[in-house]
Amino acid sequence: MPIYGVALLAGCTLVGLFVGDLIGAAMGLEANVGGVGIAMLLLLALTNLPGRDVGPASPSGAGVQFWSLMYIPIIVAMAAKQNVAAAVSGGAMAITAGTLAVLAGFALVPLLSHLARGGGQRGERRDD
Amino acid sequence: MIDVARFADANGLLVAFVFVGLVMLVSAVLARQVGRGRVHASAIAIALGLVLAWAAGVDTGGKNGVADYPLLAGVGVLGGAMFRDFAIVATAFGARVTDLRAAGLAGALSILIGVVLSFAAGAAVAIGFGVTDPAEIATIGAGAATYIVGPVTGASLGVSSSIISLSIAAGLVKAVLVMVATPLIARRIGLDNPASAMVYGGLMGTTSGVTGGLAATDPKLVPYGAMTSTFYTGLGCLMAPSVLYLVVKALV
Repeated sequence: MPIYGVALLAGCTLVGLFVGDLIGAAMGLEANVGGVGIAMLLLLALTNLPGRDVGPASPSGAGVQFWSLMYIPIIVAMAAKQNVAAAVSGGAMAITAGTLAVLAGFALVPLLSHLARGGGQRGERRDD
Repeated sequence: MIDVARFADANGLLVAFVFVGLVMLVSAVLARQVGRGRVHASAIAIALGLVLAWAAGVDTGGKNGVADYPLLAGVGVLGGAMFRDFAIVATAFGARVTDLRAAGLAGALSILIGVVLSFAAGAAVAIGFGVTDPAEIATIGAGAATYIVGPVTGASLGVSSSIISLSIAAGLVKAVLVMVATPLIARRIGLDNPASAMVYGGLMGTTSGVTGGLAATDPKLVPYGAMTSTFYTGLGCLMAPSVLYLVVKALV
């Protein structure tokens, strides 16, 4: 039943957000700390329990899969309700921040790929 | 005459589904016709959403983009915190624990390095542009990670909507740039095998950027990059409002 998947997803999200609130309170921040991340790990753990197949093709999985597919539209709705008019004055900052993050990432790909394919092949490095 | 605004308000969420569906439809057409498949339709849709929010903000003088029009108030519900968190958690469903193990240490390491690296780049730029509030610096840094980590961090730290918009804009710049630049730079950074695709997905993080960029480079590499990038947002949402924010707070 898809509703089982939706209920599982909602339950994980609620537990994650609640724990995030508790962690935030414990750290003295009036903020939710990592609630979404905790909920994601919880959902991963529960849908990958040994002997239980809660894959995207299963009826329960379809309930989770639907909301996974809805995330881009929801992000579009979120974008459409943001206070962009006030942010436009800082446009250069957004462009610089985004570009710098991409360049830094590209620069590190060859280095970490080398590590991924085994440090033993160190002598294979070429200058090209 | 029927009061259209009241009718739309009573059926707000349904109006929002139609609104977002139309925005995505227009974006898909733009991606095919104008962008010739170069830029992912979802990136165009988000950009279009931001443009509409900007136009609405100028028009109404409000803070909630198109949701300030009574007719489109439902967009504020669909784009609000509850649905946002719900859908983001659902995206974790695409990843498998066994695949995560297969990604190995380098894959996991690249996610951690990618989050910290992007956050540091974004935070440094924010400081360079004269932002002094630690919560705002952390939100911009989180936005440079992805356009999801930015608003999650911003909402968690309670910054203003304009800073959240900035962080989304930074994440959007990143996503679009990754999509466009990846096929051009793939050979130079050795992006031609599953291992480097996993590292690349972990370093870049932005799932739409990574999957769009890899699809334009070599469709066979998409699942490897998507796998690590799926965990990036989770780790970013976990680290940015907590550890990384505290580091910024201690340094500023």
